[in-house]
Amino acid sequence: MDKTENNRAWFLVLPVLVVVAFSAIIPLMTVVNYALNDTFGNNEFFWVGLEWFEETLASERVHQALGRQILFSAIILAIQVPLGVYIALNMPRKGFWASFCLVVMALPLLIPFNVVGTIWQIFGRVDIGLLGHTLAAAGIDYNYTNDPLDAWLTIIVMDVWHWTSLIALLAYAGLQSIPQAFYQAARIDQASRWSVFRYIELPKMRGVLLIAVLLRFMDSFMIYTEPFVVTGGGPGNSTTFLSIDLVKMAVGQFDLGPAAAFSIVYFLVILLVSWVFYTVMTNLDREGRP
Amino acid sequence: MAQIVLENLAHSYLAAPAGDADWALKQMDHVWKDGGAYALLGASGCGKTTLLNIISGLLRPSRGRVIFDGDDVTDAPTTARNIAQVFQFPVVYDTMTVRQNLAFPLRNRGRDADYIARRVQSIAAMIGMEEMLDRKARGLTADAKQKISLGRGMVREDVNAILFDEPLTVIDPQMKWALRTQLKALHREFGHTMIYVTHDQTEALTFADQVVVMHEGRVVQTGTPEALFETPAHTFVGYFIGSPGMNLLSAEVDGALARVAGCSVPLGADYGRPAGRVQIGIRPEYVIPDPEGPVTATVRRIEDVGHHRILRADVGGTPVNAILPEGQPAATGPVRLSFLADRIGVFSDDWRLAPASGRAGGR
Repeated sequence: MDKTENNRAWFLVLPVLVVVAFSAIIPLMTVVNYALNDTFGNNEFFWVGLEWFEETLASERVHQALGRQILFSAIILAIQVPLGVYIALNMPRKGFWASFCLVVMALPLLIPFNVVGTIWQIFGRVDIGLLGHTLAAAGIDYNYTNDPLDAWLTIIVMDVWHWTSLIALLAYAGLQSIPQAFYQAARIDQASRWSVFRYIELPKMRGVLLIAVLLRFMDSFMIYTEPFVVTGGGPGNSTTFLSIDLVKMAVGQFDLGPAAAFSIVYFLVILLVSWVFYTVMTNLDREGRP
Repeated sequence: MAQIVLENLAHSYLAAPAGDADWALKQMDHVWKDGGAYALLGASGCGKTTLLNIISGLLRPSRGRVIFDGDDVTDAPTTARNIAQVFQFPVVYDTMTVRQNLAFPLRNRGRDADYIARRVQSIAAMIGMEEMLDRKARGLTADAKQKISLGRGMVREDVNAILFDEPLTVIDPQMKWALRTQLKALHREFGHTMIYVTHDQTEALTFADQVVVMHEGRVVQTGTPEALFETPAHTFVGYFIGSPGMNLLSAEVDGALARVAGCSVPLGADYGRPAGRVQIGIRPEYVIPDPEGPVTATVRRIEDVGHHRILRADVGGTPVNAILPEGQPAATGPVRLSFLADRIGVFSDDWRLAPASGRAGGR
């Protein structure tokens, strides 16, 4: 059959193109513009080429922030994914307690980010906070405003508290979709608890876990509000993650050029890592297939 | 391989069963002999799967005991019972290859690799999947997956019993026949106790030495296919087995004579004066159009099903079927029928009555 050539169809795409242009492409291009120029106000721009990028990529400060960021995301994923799955495996499957657990689990997800930050900021204070004061009373030397390790611990525990539910809920949804017959067959086949998890539950949760890992990676890699509220990036620079550093650079020091270059690199890193995660996880068990 | 005894067994899915209808399985005693090939036959929802799950330990019975070779296993978990079960819908481990799927029950029992490899190979040959052994199970067709499930069920040689829960539902007819033959052969070779649940009487009758017919949570009859056909113990067995099923007619029985819709039908023996709701049953094979016959009927239609024809008639408002041999003339309209007297069964409240032999012998 002959295909009708009609290029007028392109006009139908035009509205979407306009929306995308205004919502994404043009703002992004503004950033690109700042990243490739220097400006001294008055909308006067001087072409500097890739200088800002070279500066960003060579900057010790950015390297350190990136290092902290990668460490943070790695810790977050390493704790939250197994913990979330473990919680999902142990949640009741039906009845009143199932609903109860779901509601309780969903609560932290509903709290605004800066409120979460404020809660933990106060919670951890040695003078008035329940946690901080209790620890101090127990003779433990805990102070997140002085000690980098304490600051990290506080932020990690806070993030685990805030976001593990998301993984648990997604994993739970995956588990609920497994027909009873699979568990029965596994009992007949005398499979161990580990085998049931490895060969039935994990494969069935794979799809939702992929989404969960991606979401948690992206969110933790972009984290700003909570550590900013709790520690403000301190003590020193010890909890200055990429976003906090970026804001300091762009708004604090008004270094728009380096900040713009930084933003673009930051965005590309997230895109790249997400792509790697996705590709690895979707290809994980493809080998051996004809 | 084991003899499986069910003692005073009953099961209800409700916490506090009250009436008879609350029990999915009514109280029963049953013995599955070691090495027997049984078919468990019954309509959907009669408790077949419940019974099977109790035997395999997936379900704990509300009452009674399950005994394997003298050991009470009522509270033993499925994994401790060493039993194989194949479900109605295919269950395969998606991320494993066909080979790993078949090897899984053996690996869980810690058998050595050589033995596993040999066993998997022979099972694969049996289910005709040797070429597919290294493919992932995901993405196979439903009947290929079901063959894997069957294979997993048969791969262990030392199981106490193999239970099949309508395993061939999703398999196409040709393969069905082949697999059933394989199961038969497997049974002859290894002598496992096999229980095969089905609602397809052909499947039941071809597979089993002993057919157990269930109806509304009860075992109504256990016997050879021939016994079920010739002397059904319950009206359900009568009409469930046979195609078409047994004709059942309300009757008043007095001695060796039954009155059916105003006609007197001679019976093969003396049944006295049975109480309750009395019916006589006669297989369509033994209903004969006969100008001298005692029963007046109206023929509604005649169906030609190939090697014979089925005459669909009506006796006093009750449908009666007769199987006519090829070539016998038949027409719709009024007709007289006779029933072969010694093939007539008499049922009271659905259960078959034995002839009152003392009096019959006295004549």
